[in-house]
Amino acid sequence: MLAGFADPVLDAQRAFRSVLDAMAHPGRVIEVATPETAPYPLHGAVASLCLTLVDLETTVWLDATAGTAEAREYLQFHCGCRLVDAPGAARFAVIGDPAVMPALSRFDPGTDESPERSATLFVQVASLREGHGRRLAGPGIASEVRLEVTGLPAGFWHGLRDNHALFPRGVDVLLAAGRHVAALPRTTSVAD
Amino acid sequence: MAAESGARRRWMSVLAQASGAEVERAWRALTERPAYRVVRKPEVGLVMVRGRAGGSGAPFNLGEMTVTRCTVDLPSGIAGHAYVAGRDPRHAELAAVFDALLQDPLHAAQLEERVIAPLEAGQQERRRQVAARSAPTRVEFFTLVRGDD
Repeated sequence: MLAGFADPVLDAQRAFRSVLDAMAHPGRVIEVATPETAPYPLHGAVASLCLTLVDLETTVWLDATAGTAEAREYLQFHCGCRLVDAPGAARFAVIGDPAVMPALSRFDPGTDESPERSATLFVQVASLREGHGRRLAGPGIASEVRLEVTGLPAGFWHGLRDNHALFPRGVDVLLAAGRHVAALPRTTSVAD
Repeated sequence: MAAESGARRRWMSVLAQASGAEVERAWRALTERPAYRVVRKPEVGLVMVRGRAGGSGAPFNLGEMTVTRCTVDLPSGIAGHAYVAGRDPRHAELAAVFDALLQDPLHAAQLEERVIAPLEAGQQERRRQVAARSAPTRVEFFTLVRGDD
């Protein structure tokens, strides 16, 4: 079995701070503290997000790619979380292969009374690059930010637009590649 | 499997109830000490101990106790876990290593004989002494049945 963070408390705090930064600045690519090794096929950043945000009170859904025996064992051991079979029942979803991911509308968008009880998606992508690609706007973005993501299907961006329209409900997305993350919270709109 | 987990439960219990010094001595007495990797470093926490009134009544919370847990794995891939009483990280780490080693049929019989059995005998002896000290203070209550009415 693989070890988690070298220093479970400080590394998780560092990673949490990075996730806050990423959420506060949608589209910005931010490096996070990662464990030395991650279970196949998860990238270091995805393992780091799980170790930081998932615990015994949260439910997690894994897609077919991310749901290897190794990854399941890792999450259950280090996070103590409950794994669920239905995307709609999960607080956090780990998507290993975005090409065949379920529509964003399949995940829990929360309710109007408590929109914070919505799902957060960790989507593992091939690469993230700032300054090119999709134009993003919304809270946390002064003028505009461009984010180029390889590995996302075209339908994802349509789904993100519908998700944005649900505000205050909607899911939040954290894209992760290698040791980096970028956030696409529900408040962010995609221009093209 | 049931017998296997029963045996494991027994040695985990013996290791958890032994003192840190006893486990350390047993570890130093090993002829070959295997290399191991710490998967989860010793962490101290609290667990709620629950009891049942009279052993079979409604469950109640007796109180919290300090527990240290640790997980290690051996080069062979066998993982060992330990939850030990108190806040001694070294005790938890070594108990986890012993748990891993005892799951390996190559070492199990020898460790059982040299480590677990002596620790268990010592614990039983201590328990017997405490019971022997308190036995004379035992009071039996009984009621005489009256023959009339």
